[in-house]
Amino acid sequence: MMAGDGEVLAVEGLSAGIRLRTSAVDAVNGVDLLLRKGETLGLVGESGSGKSMTGLSIMGLLPSGGHVAAGSIKLEGRELVGLPERQYRRIRGNEIAMIFQDPMTSLNPTKTIGEQVAEPIRLHLGASAGQARERALEMLALVGIARPAERLGSYPHELSGGLRQRVMIAMALSCEPKVLIADEPTTALDVTVQAQVLRLLHDLKDRLGMAMLLITHDMGVIARWADRVSVMYAGGIVESAPTRELFTGMRHPYTQALLACTPRLTQPRENTLYSIAGAPPDLLDPPAGCRFAARCAHATERCESEAPPLAATRPGHTLACWHPVDGPLDPATTPAQAPVPDTEQAGPVLDVDDLVKEYGGGRFALRGLKRSVKAVSGVSFAVEPGRTFGLVGESGCGKSTLAKMIVALEPPSSGSVTALGGKLNELRGRALRRHRRNLQMMFQDPLDALDPRMRIGAILREPFEAQGIGTAAEQLAAIRELLDEVGLPHSVLERYPHEFSGGQRQRIALARALALNPRVIVADEPVSALDVSVRSQVLNLMKRLQAKHGLTYVVISHDLTVVRYMADAVGVMYLGKLVEVGSSDDIYLRPAHPYTAGLLAAIPEPDPDAGDRIEIGSEMPSPYEPPSGCRFRTRCPRAQARCAEEEPQPRDFDPGHSAACHFPLREPQVTVRTG
Amino acid sequence: MTETATARPVPELTSGWRLAVRSFAQNRLAVLGVGIIVALVLFCFAGPHLYVTEQITVDPVSSLLPPDAAHPLGTDAQGFDVLGRIMRGGQASLQIGLFAALIATAIGTLYGTVAGLAGGVVDGVMMRVVDTLLSIPFLFIVLIAATRFSSTVLSLSLILGAFSWLAPARLVRAEVLSLRSRGFVAAATVMGATKLRIITRHLIPNALGVVIVNITFQVADAIIAVSLLGFLGFGLNYPDVEWGTQLSEGVSYLFEGAWWLIYPVGGCLVLVVMAFNFVGDALRDSIDVRLRRR
Repeated sequence: MMAGDGEVLAVEGLSAGIRLRTSAVDAVNGVDLLLRKGETLGLVGESGSGKSMTGLSIMGLLPSGGHVAAGSIKLEGRELVGLPERQYRRIRGNEIAMIFQDPMTSLNPTKTIGEQVAEPIRLHLGASAGQARERALEMLALVGIARPAERLGSYPHELSGGLRQRVMIAMALSCEPKVLIADEPTTALDVTVQAQVLRLLHDLKDRLGMAMLLITHDMGVIARWADRVSVMYAGGIVESAPTRELFTGMRHPYTQALLACTPRLTQPRENTLYSIAGAPPDLLDPPAGCRFAARCAHATERCESEAPPLAATRPGHTLACWHPVDGPLDPATTPAQAPVPDTEQAGPVLDVDDLVKEYGGGRFALRGLKRSVKAVSGVSFAVEPGRTFGLVGESGCGKSTLAKMIVALEPPSSGSVTALGGKLNELRGRALRRHRRNLQMMFQDPLDALDPRMRIGAILREPFEAQGIGTAAEQLAAIRELLDEVGLPHSVLERYPHEFSGGQRQRIALARALALNPRVIVADEPVSALDVSVRSQVLNLMKRLQAKHGLTYVVISHDLTVVRYMADAVGVMYLGKLVEVGSSDDIYLRPAHPYTAGLLAAIPEPDPDAGDRIEIGSEMPSPYEPPSGCRFRTRCPRAQARCAEEEPQPRDFDPGHSAACHFPLREPQVTVRTG
Repeated sequence: MTETATARPVPELTSGWRLAVRSFAQNRLAVLGVGIIVALVLFCFAGPHLYVTEQITVDPVSSLLPPDAAHPLGTDAQGFDVLGRIMRGGQASLQIGLFAALIATAIGTLYGTVAGLAGGVVDGVMMRVVDTLLSIPFLFIVLIAATRFSSTVLSLSLILGAFSWLAPARLVRAEVLSLRSRGFVAAATVMGATKLRIITRHLIPNALGVVIVNITFQVADAIIAVSLLGFLGFGLNYPDVEWGTQLSEGVSYLFEGAWWLIYPVGGCLVLVVMAFNFVGDALRDSIDVRLRRR
């Protein structure tokens, strides 16, 4: 095929696999992609769908044991499959460049930024050291790094996550590649920084006239930044279309389901979230027919036996499905959630009062200066029984530390947590252990939270044994009941945690948290380790169990859409402080604090028509030395001199809605709080 | 509606230990190592019953005979049959190696666990003690101690064990520290488990892998160390013998062409140390859950 109408990279029928000791993984199976000059192609799929393997195949960087089994990759008409390594090296980094997910592991910690950005320039363009330095300077300025000359001598660990990713981009673009492959470029970054980096990539693509392959699991990122989208499932492309068409007129049931699973800010909270039953197939032994058939509502016998070919339904829209659907799922079709019963208003079940946590430099601070991290600085809130309190904030804002103090895993430096009338930091020994029954926790990474050497049966028995509840037979009966509640078969009891998928592990962790019949469950990022389709299963389950048992949740997440779906009241944290508290509607519809508004604006909505919004610049300062006065002032577009001098006190905006800001987005209520 | 998550079909029940055994058995070097160890143990402990030789009374007439039909590996300066002597020496070397490794691991595990769990100042002081002891030349102390006590299998094991627990102590402390910050320990705390329960149910089972692996390396190290002591003349007293003493005696007759005093015993020493190292490497790989596939 000739490189007509701006085609830069054409991938046809690409199949790649990884050979293992005794088996082979069929990771990529017949993928077709077409990248045009100046265009962004989004490649979206869940983990294990083969999207990264596709990117690595194009780069000729498959992991050991990996090989391209069939198909062709043509760069401007030149075949790349089977190209000798020597020639591939000339293309890699020069004509095709790649950005990886984690900039910390992709940058060399022993070399300065300047050396690393200059390296590809010297290698591929044969520039002298001086010329390369000039060019590196130019590139750092291009990717929006302030004072690039000073940064040339910095090492990667001296930069923040967002700056590191900018350096990676500078490195990738230094030879002005024709194709840029961005593999989950912002997944490791906070939502406000993600928006900055994606905008930068988009602008640079336009400026340099590159073709970009944006690999991501996030439908929101795709909707905003891709021109065309290919959806991958279990190693194959199931649908490709221009972005708007894909989001409004998708034909494949998987695309439809994936979009329906993605929680939105506008999600009606009364309805259950749409979710796809089951899990993706095992690629060690893929099914014969359509790989989505086992989870598809429209599947017939034909789907089980015969794989549908990828064929064009309209110009520019290809599809691999025997029974296509038409357009997005109607949100009203998901059944309503069981309402949370109103419990008797006997005051808050959980009361957090002026909590402070500072990690000192240690008593044995022999090395260096004694500095303390101010992780949590004076946080207060209360949660009514049967309600859900959501805590949102960027990484490092202290929300996980707060969670640990609420369940008495960490003692607070000052302040107190009162749960069900008992002050946790005044309880000791047996009394505290007894009190813990009421307060359970769900962890972010269920694999870490389940002992790898214990069977599921022993893991679920442990809460009863630790509290000395029931005989062995009673415990077993209770465990079986728990498994029914979280929707797992009884046969799991004999298995080990590593044998399960992420969603199943989180169900096991939830069953364990429920075992002691607690009143409060603190969930620290309960779904952030899970794929979108599994995420909604777990969130629905959590809501159903809340309604059934009258549970009180504290849900902590960096994902504002998850908190929007789960929480009745929301607290927004910034650098150890609660900057705004209010009902879910107060926070999401009528934010008063500029930080809340900025966070909301940064969320990528899975809707290509969502307009441009204000973004917060730069990144969170170090919690070692938080800024004076208002801690957000360094990033705030409304900051004035007063913000640096005087710390703002919380003021009421609506009943139960308060924010700490001198110059809020709305007028506060006249009654000024004392203290 | 989608609450019944269909469990992914897993072909068979796979316990953690069974998986470990399977992955161990797939490692050819490990199987070879186990084979060598079993063969040498049989050779040293069962061998003397099948191949009976005089190892107590000196026989000057038949000293330094080269290998022949009566003495497959010749005789040494005292007229002892070398093949029989290697068996007898091997018994002592293997026993001391194993005892010393067990003693070192036991002390080290206990010490490391306490330091790792205590944390803070206690941990700091305990680890500085280890650092200090590590900075004293090991051989120097062992030699002084060896001259003070009569050399028996037990005393040599105790001396070696008492001075080689430092490395396992560091290893176990590091493991305990990393396990302590794991989610399942936090989960157990939140459900109200006592400290004792967390230690016995979570920390020890999970740290056990590291300890077991360490024992195999310790055995190899102790066998080398006791051979070194023997070679320097601080080995077992006559009529007992271990491989180091044998080597040292053999060296005296090297220039008389008595190669059979050096190569067989040296070969055995190299084989057994190598075998223990193979087994240790393979155990480390098979016990590490992260390296294991479903």
